[in-house]
Amino acid sequence: MNLVESIEKSQTANANLPTLQPGDMVRVHQKIVEGDRERVQVFQGTVIRLRKGGMNASFTVRRIATHNVGVERTYLLHSPRIEKIEVVRHARVRRAQLYYFRKLQGKSARLKERIVAKPAA
Amino acid sequence: MKKLIGRKVGMTQLFDEKGNVTGVTVIEAGPNYVTQVKTLARDGYNAVQLGFGEVRKKGALTRGELGHLGQLKANDKHPKRRALSGVPAVGTLVESRSSKPAEAEEGGTLKCDIFAVGDFVDVTGTMKGRGFAGNIKRHGFHRQKKTHGASDRERAPGSIGAGTTPGRVEKGQKMAGHYGNTRVTNSHLKVLMVDAERNLIAVAGSVPGANGGIVVIQEGRKQ
Repeated sequence: MNLVESIEKSQTANANLPTLQPGDMVRVHQKIVEGDRERVQVFQGTVIRLRKGGMNASFTVRRIATHNVGVERTYLLHSPRIEKIEVVRHARVRRAQLYYFRKLQGKSARLKERIVAKPAA
Repeated sequence: MKKLIGRKVGMTQLFDEKGNVTGVTVIEAGPNYVTQVKTLARDGYNAVQLGFGEVRKKGALTRGELGHLGQLKANDKHPKRRALSGVPAVGTLVESRSSKPAEAEEGGTLKCDIFAVGDFVDVTGTMKGRGFAGNIKRHGFHRQKKTHGASDRERAPGSIGAGTTPGRVEKGQKMAGHYGNTRVTNSHLKVLMVDAERNLIAVAGSVPGANGGIVVIQEGRKQ
């Protein structure tokens, strides 16, 4: 392990992160500070990209907002501002980066659900 | 003057408590050994000489350097050899001007905890060589038009002087030439992390030179 990696590891990683996969429908709970108030904003959409990089790993979530406007947000996976990430459903996809989603809308921008056996509690 | 010699390890990014992320350079700073204390009375000025970077390869240091670092033992033939304990054969020596040299002890060590999180430091190193560089890279000139009939003038410097008066090119005119491989100081960098156990310091922003290069960290002059 080199020294830069060891520095990155010394930061506290986000606990209880689910393993994300491209195509997953997720709800990202993000802490937002407004003045001295803090609130949680939820952003729900499809994971279209995962970037590795240890503590600097990031992922991009895409959703269709009102008036059919596509909105993408990129989060740092281990950011302390992320309170939690819920995986709503998995989907069957054949690519690591779902950039082709940007060209699709409506019915064609759907993904087939992939049923995953829940781990025995 | 607080000063440390270190080695640039590489860059990464760190989160602060608010969740903001900052690009940082990690420097392996120390341990530094006090190899000599210079005093006004003996040397004409007050300074502390620091050493860093143990060299294991035989022949990397001359016998004179080894003797200065106390690596050669005194014997009957050479009774005057310098006795200095606690200092390994270090490859880099840097002097630090000090008003209180009496506080330092020859053979002592300095660790990176002389700097604290939140301090501002200046980091000096040798920048990467760029070879023969044009005016855009070397002096920050603007590029010319790529279209409108401009053929092979994109990165050209433009005019380098007037006409009959003065009839020559002024001295100091910025032109293409060798760039880089010089000593550069990046000043006013904030210390974001100090790890005394592993002798690592992280400063916000970039630091001159390639990874593995020797850098000198000192107290920031612009506080």
